[in-house]
Amino acid sequence: MLTRLEDESEGAETGRQAPAQVIRFTFDGRPLTGRHGDSLAAALLASGVLRFRVSPVSGAPRGPFCLMGVCFECLVEIDGVGNLQACMVPLEEGMAVRTQGGGVRVVAGAAGTSEAS
Amino acid sequence: MSGGIVSKDVVVVGGGLVGAAVAYGLVRQGLSVVMLDEGDVAYRASRGNFGLVWVQSKGDGLFDYARWTRSSADLWPGFAEELRGAVGLDVGYRKPGGLHLCHSEAELEEVDLRLKRLHNQAGPEGYQARLLDRGELDALVPGLGPEVVGGAYSPHDGHVSPLYLLRALHEAFLARGGRYAGESRARSVASDGAGFLVETDAGRFRGERLVLGAGLGNRPLGALVGLEVPVSPLKGQILVTERADRFLELPTIYVRQTEEGTVMLGDSHEDVGYDTFSKPSVMSEIAQRALRSFPVLRQLKVVRAWGALRVMTPDGFPIYEESESHPGAYAVNCHSGVTLAAAHALRLAPLIGDGGFARTLAAFSSRRFDADASRG
Amino acid sequence: MRCDLAVIGAGPAGLAAATRAAEAGLAVELFDEQPAPGGQIYRAVESVPAARRALLGPDYAAGAELAAAFRASGAGYRPGALVWNVDSTLDIDFSQGGRSRQCRARALVVATGALERPTPLPGWTLPGVTTAGALQILLKAHGCVPSEGAILAGSGPLLLLLADQLTRAGAPPRAVVETVPRGRLLEAARHLPAALGAPGYLAKGLRMIRALRRAGVPLHRHATDLVIEGREQAEALSFTAGGRRHRIESGLVALHQGVVPNQQVTRLLRCAHRWSDSQRCFLPVLDPWFESSVEKVFVAGDGAGIGGAASAALRGRLAALGVLRRFGALDGAALEQEAGGLRRRLVRDGAVRPLLEALYAPSAQVLAPADETLVCRCEEVTAGQIRQAVRLGCPGPNQAKSFLRCGMGPCQGRMCGLAVTEIIAAERGEVPQTVDYYRIRPPLKPLPLIELASFEAAEDQPGDAPPDAPPDDRDAA
Repeated sequence: MLTRLEDESEGAETGRQAPAQVIRFTFDGRPLTGRHGDSLAAALLASGVLRFRVSPVSGAPRGPFCLMGVCFECLVEIDGVGNLQACMVPLEEGMAVRTQGGGVRVVAGAAGTSEAS
Repeated sequence: MSGGIVSKDVVVVGGGLVGAAVAYGLVRQGLSVVMLDEGDVAYRASRGNFGLVWVQSKGDGLFDYARWTRSSADLWPGFAEELRGAVGLDVGYRKPGGLHLCHSEAELEEVDLRLKRLHNQAGPEGYQARLLDRGELDALVPGLGPEVVGGAYSPHDGHVSPLYLLRALHEAFLARGGRYAGESRARSVASDGAGFLVETDAGRFRGERLVLGAGLGNRPLGALVGLEVPVSPLKGQILVTERADRFLELPTIYVRQTEEGTVMLGDSHEDVGYDTFSKPSVMSEIAQRALRSFPVLRQLKVVRAWGALRVMTPDGFPIYEESESHPGAYAVNCHSGVTLAAAHALRLAPLIGDGGFARTLAAFSSRRFDADASRG
Repeated sequence: MRCDLAVIGAGPAGLAAATRAAEAGLAVELFDEQPAPGGQIYRAVESVPAARRALLGPDYAAGAELAAAFRASGAGYRPGALVWNVDSTLDIDFSQGGRSRQCRARALVVATGALERPTPLPGWTLPGVTTAGALQILLKAHGCVPSEGAILAGSGPLLLLLADQLTRAGAPPRAVVETVPRGRLLEAARHLPAALGAPGYLAKGLRMIRALRRAGVPLHRHATDLVIEGREQAEALSFTAGGRRHRIESGLVALHQGVVPNQQVTRLLRCAHRWSDSQRCFLPVLDPWFESSVEKVFVAGDGAGIGGAASAALRGRLAALGVLRRFGALDGAALEQEAGGLRRRLVRDGAVRPLLEALYAPSAQVLAPADETLVCRCEEVTAGQIRQAVRLGCPGPNQAKSFLRCGMGPCQGRMCGLAVTEIIAAERGEVPQTVDYYRIRPPLKPLPLIELASFEAAEDQPGDAPPDAPPDDRDAA
């Protein structure tokens, strides 16, 4: 659904490393790639991923809306930390990203239970 | 509004948890009631409440308060069901028991002494809160931090969504024919021979009886009808986090997980008058204490912090007072409007207009402060 | 950590304010969440490749000068810094690199710009539905364009600009669906004479429309009853135009109904705001030097009222002059001359605004969404639920928030606040000024507990005695 413009040869003019550096990451275990300078959200969208999370209220699928850190729809889990705005996080090599499902995972496994009365 | 006066059996001043619970209890008795409330922005202790329905540790120094609190907690399950049936709203009341976690031996000892005092005062009726050691706590609540040395547990403790409770009370009140007047801040109250007249920003209201449930506002209003209500503000701050997967069923005194999965963190006490701003240093202390109890929450994010003003009496116990000079005017004040909501609706409200009010609730009369003063 | 002037936001207003103040010798700290200067309008302006910069147009390129001047000014720059709290004593609490600290300032310029007006429509929460601004960010900062033609729907100059930029990038929209009602241009025509004072602007607009026509981009006008269709993601947009129902398929639908000031910081500070009927939003109340009702807090840029990038830079400079004037560092003839020049340019740049505001006022559909439409996206509260809460006595957005949870999600009311105010006002038969807005509390964005726990505050300073009687303006929970 997104394609990249072919203009990476201009990198030298702006002082950036040229050509564009490919960055590898995973999303729900799937290997994907992005480019140096991508936000995680842009890299996911450019890889064809539209659904980033499910709403904790209804389970409805949600994806990025504003891409400027206002809407909080692009929340994903990155390297075990939940509810991070993908549009505000620069893509880094080896990131393990997961769909944000419902609440943030605090304790894997059994929660505190009440004493049987 | 036209020059007309709205006239009812009872005028309740205040649409917070206290006013709404009493108002609901009154319409439940078949009385005609108007509940007066302020607008969208007001002090509203009810919007700042933590949501505990808490019995343990209450009443140290006045055992009648421990009994009164316990009676409310006993009524709560049926009360929650009644509200659900009336308006189809689950207020999220759960009673899995509650914990006071202690982070030092000194704190544990202080809690232990208090429990012993309460136990002694309870006498034969017993007092069911008990001390637990670290091992027993781990069986109840996984994930406790290393500083937690022990705690107190009571099977009578629980929690609820204070905001859903307020909404349910308002809806149940309306469903039974109660009249709600919002943006009607009471400016003055006066007796008019056969009842009471209340002047508000949005018109005049008359009732045979008058119940002041206006929190801090009860002090100036009460003075107009012979009620001495020495309440003052005590600020508390609360933090609430984003939703987490369920990790905690039992409410604790400083950390509880709501039905939605968010985690509420408290509390603090600041004597700063009418300031409700959130102070980062206090927010930080609350966060530190929460992490001492539950280090697993480190990466959980705080979404909102707020400050609200508790309505504090000099000894922290409620004021329930019928005016001697103006019989039929009542003041109802407490800082535990959630815990006591059931008792306010089901036990206190029926006493309004009943000769038994002063007798039944004598322990909570504000005359106890005169007695203290003269003894002092 | 201390400074003379703290500036929040590195868009044109913030850059201009910081630069002017630093040039006058003040110790300035500029805080911005993004890793590079430019805000949203000049996003990635320092790093954008030349070819991409060319297709974005000359207005965008002007941002590079602002950024360069800022870099050279000696102002302190804190990129990647999230300001999560400010109080009236101008202690600024911020998070940078996973650590929270406090900066004590003597004055503050709030330059946090604008955000898109909420556009509650059926299906607007489906993946694949974005704002027009989001597609612009993908283009500017990442060189990404839709591969199969996005649908652009709504109204406003940004919509046309985006359509033009995408077309020039070789990714023309599948359709532009404009919601300006029929007859609106006639109504707005009284502002035309004033707008002719900014001839370049109007000519630019006409050029863009012609270019779209040449590229064969369908332009549907006066569209109503928009519905975004799809089950798991956006699949199509249907709407009524020209007397019949249309359905256009696309997996990408970009919405836009203009931008509005970002109120989070000014509301947090409890600045006074007023409702603007012409801009259909709340504006902070400001004096001629852009100082708010809170001492030494200035607001510059779109946050002071929507005016665009050029106006933002002018206002930023004026706000800096206001700060210098407050400090007694600049006065008399020099001040008046510099300020006068800026004010004249501001008037000229603003000449087109009344026409744009009248022409592109938000559509009736987003101002009064149908009952089943989600208004609070985070907590999934519908317009109908809000109306019902009002019928039960809810006097305003804060009571509605406590009854319905609308505004309690992670976006903290940014996406729903204005819509909730409009819906409550309509249901109560009141004006938005009376209904007002959500109470905003810290942290301005969600903050990890561990960071809050290890926060370093500046030492407490003796302040004023706390108020011991309720103030008349009734602070609240």
